[in-house]
Amino acid sequence: MTDLLAQLRGFGVTFGTMFKKVVTEQYPEEKKPTEPRFHGRHVLNRHPDGLEKCIGCELCAWACPADAIYVEGADNAEGERFSPGERYGRVYQINYARCIFCGLCIEACPTRALTMSNEYELAESTRAELIYEKQNLLAPLLPGMVPAPHPMVEGMDEQDYYRGRVTRATRAQEAYAAERGPDDASVTRDEAPA
Amino acid sequence: MGIEEKLPSGVLLTSVEKLAGYMRKSSLWPATFGLACCAIEMMAVGTPRYDLARFGMEVFRASPRQADLMIVAGRVSQKMAPVLRQIYDQMPNPKWVLSMGVCASSGGMFNNYAIVQGVDHVVPVDIYLPGCPPRPEMLMDAIIKLHDQISDTKLGAHRAKEVREAETLALTARPTAQMKGLLR
Repeated sequence: MTDLLAQLRGFGVTFGTMFKKVVTEQYPEEKKPTEPRFHGRHVLNRHPDGLEKCIGCELCAWACPADAIYVEGADNAEGERFSPGERYGRVYQINYARCIFCGLCIEACPTRALTMSNEYELAESTRAELIYEKQNLLAPLLPGMVPAPHPMVEGMDEQDYYRGRVTRATRAQEAYAAERGPDDASVTRDEAPA
Repeated sequence: MGIEEKLPSGVLLTSVEKLAGYMRKSSLWPATFGLACCAIEMMAVGTPRYDLARFGMEVFRASPRQADLMIVAGRVSQKMAPVLRQIYDQMPNPKWVLSMGVCASSGGMFNNYAIVQGVDHVVPVDIYLPGCPPRPEMLMDAIIKLHDQISDTKLGAHRAKEVREAETLALTARPTAQMKGLLR
């Protein structure tokens, strides 16, 4: 008799599960956001006026335990300024077929140019596609940013950029960018400079 | 002769190809080939929380003869490489290979003499999935991308032609071991 009850109790667990909340994630339809600190694909950040933060120091490449990062720095020329200060990263490649998403490169970056996003859908059908170039990694332009190359904000130097005194692109920078190419003309400002 | 002559060219075969592709992609049976830590995530994908059965893939076959997808999950050592190839050869056609994790894709952080620097040295890989290990959603994303590839697979004479072309390309291609300079 007790054996029969035990069996029924066992089936009771099965039956009770029917009324429990379903734990299955409907992944491709409903994407559950990751934890905010999840290590996903890298992003190369920009200053608030659109200049790149990367200074081409290669510290990320040196920190990388998997040798997944390749950086080639170059000097900022007078008419071709990509970052405040002397140098910028001319070539920046991350090989996602090697990257183990450990985040040591982020810790090594002295200017917070390299951070990680929460994006994780990276599967590709060839190995060559898994090598991300600088244009794939650069952060998108936010309102108030002008794509590099363009000069620094007038009267500011590199230190002012790091102290957060630059808040957005000035009219002179926008005029410079508008002069350079048709793509840049689409960048408009919505308010007067502070 | 029959209906196929009255229809515009390719309509019948294209529909059959689409149907076959749909059926192939909706019941992929993976072979259990967990080699390292990625296998834990692969197992997690089989659990109720991620539930690979939603894609008709819940049966991980222990026999390669009943499987058509090999998920290479983990680093492949030089000693495991012939075993991997044998299991691949034992799988019936059509078959696909998913290289899961950076170690299987390229050797990852283990750039040394003990680890094969990417399973594409040994078997043809259809999709590469980075991550160390990739989270279950990443594996499902790779599987969905592979599904898209499978549903475009050709049939019959077209398939034979495709295979021949791939074969000639593979014979003339540079060996993976000599592929250098992708990462400058």
